[in-house]
Amino acid sequence: MNKFQHTFIFALYVSCFNFCFATSQVDPLDSPSWESMHSKILNNEPVIFDDRVQISMPDFAEDPMNVPVSVQVNNLENIEEIVIFADLNPIQKVLSFQPFHIKPYLSFRIKVEQSTPVRAAVRTSDGSWHVGGSWLEAAGGGCTAPSQGRAAGNWHETLMNVSSRSWIKNELGRVRFRIMHPMDTGLADGIPEFYLEYFDVVDAGGSVLAKITTYQPISENPVFTLDINKEILKPINLLGVDNNGNRLNAQIEN
Amino acid sequence: MKIPNLNKPIYLLLQIFLMICLVQQVLAVEKLDYQLEPEQIAEDTYVFIGAKEDFSYENGGNIVNTGFIVTEQGVVVIDSGPSKRYGQQMREAISKVTNKPIIKILITHHHPDHFLGNQAFQDVPIYALAETIKLIKRDGDGFLDNLYRMSGPWMSGTDFSVVEIKALVLKQEKIANHTLKYFKFGGHTSADLVILDESTGVLFTGDLVFHNRTLTTPHADPENWLKSLDKIKAIDFNIIVPGHGEVANNIGPIEQTRDYLVWLESTIKQAVEHGLDMTEVLALPIPERFGSFGVLKREYIRSVSHRYPVYEKLIFN
Repeated sequence: MNKFQHTFIFALYVSCFNFCFATSQVDPLDSPSWESMHSKILNNEPVIFDDRVQISMPDFAEDPMNVPVSVQVNNLENIEEIVIFADLNPIQKVLSFQPFHIKPYLSFRIKVEQSTPVRAAVRTSDGSWHVGGSWLEAAGGGCTAPSQGRAAGNWHETLMNVSSRSWIKNELGRVRFRIMHPMDTGLADGIPEFYLEYFDVVDAGGSVLAKITTYQPISENPVFTLDINKEILKPINLLGVDNNGNRLNAQIEN
Repeated sequence: MKIPNLNKPIYLLLQIFLMICLVQQVLAVEKLDYQLEPEQIAEDTYVFIGAKEDFSYENGGNIVNTGFIVTEQGVVVIDSGPSKRYGQQMREAISKVTNKPIIKILITHHHPDHFLGNQAFQDVPIYALAETIKLIKRDGDGFLDNLYRMSGPWMSGTDFSVVEIKALVLKQEKIANHTLKYFKFGGHTSADLVILDESTGVLFTGDLVFHNRTLTTPHADPENWLKSLDKIKAIDFNIIVPGHGEVANNIGPIEQTRDYLVWLESTIKQAVEHGLDMTEVLALPIPERFGSFGVLKREYIRSVSHRYPVYEKLIFN
């Protein structure tokens, strides 16, 4: 092998290495808005596309007002925050979830305006974001339509009412609850934005199990599913507020 | 292993044949030709059997069964298909079977693959149940948007609002040598017309019956649907024409539709009662006996989206 060949092979190694290194930074969903999401939502902080962060949802939206989404994080320690966003939605940020004393699992439903990636980004204590997600195909119209409560005009009768059910399953307590709220995006003609801003999930001893920050794309009368350690002190309370200052203060009895 | 000699004339002919098939298919899509071939299923009775697929650019929405009965007085058409172009090509195909005039169109229900061909028959009285006419007015625009999106160029020129549909009030009518019985059932939508030709024993069920194609539920009332299936089963027929899937001469398609519908409803209801979230229900296994149905996974996802919220409301109230 002559010197030229050595140099060539070395160059090949270098380019291979560069390529491998680069792919971990390339958006696997090939979204046109990834760069902008990275700076706007993830503050240009280091990103790892990571299979341990999983979004479950159908691959198409039968009802763009109510697309079911679950986020689940497996085998990832020191989770500080989980942010859900949809790159191509008019309002991209959907939800932020801080699981303090709770499994990193959450289900909810979202409104989408067109086909878009839906992603979960998990910030760990080392300051990096672990990102997972997939594409959702949608015909659209979910964000610019008025809520049913607005259309019917009766939303104020049930505002912030909470219904809930709980189960014991596989050593875990599961709780599902619905909070009555129009969740108006502000994008429908003549209807200002009106949405639940956040709520804390608090156990009977006063310790905050999780904080959930919600944005306009969360579906009307949001329903959440959480898995809670069954030793948690009951009853659980939900304490929060919407962008008009209406308070959420509900106890999950069962 | 013995390797076949691909230079043998027989393989060459096979290759040429396959090439021709492929070219024909490509050309059909380019020419927007549905290639409608009427299939005779009984005396005077013909059907056009659609693909067991979802709407697509490739099939142009030809996923539905339509049919016609050639009476001595003229032709009665059952459902007009998914687009103006389909209606026109259907009319042309009918004219190759008979030179009798088309005298009546019957629309089984308000879903777009069954009535959007109406424009091709504007010179003929078109009938549907009164409730179906209301539902077309309510949902027609949305359907049209959706089909232009899904079937693309095949839809050009299709519009439903320009066609008048008359309310069908008769329970039975004699058209020359054929006696047609009309049943107002429901469950797939809130008004589903079932037509029995008593003279031949052919039963057109509309979408109350699917055969080897997964049923759809965007406007379904399963309880009412199951009642309608009982009533359909009690009808004395020889041949059954489902809204989607193959024609049969037994109650198989009725039982199959019931089997899937019962499974679907009980699965979703139980899952909600056991605390499963919607995405977990989407991931549940579908029994093997439904495995060969067309569009299985996609229709299951659609049905969960329609039916899960109904049962969820019950647990929260």
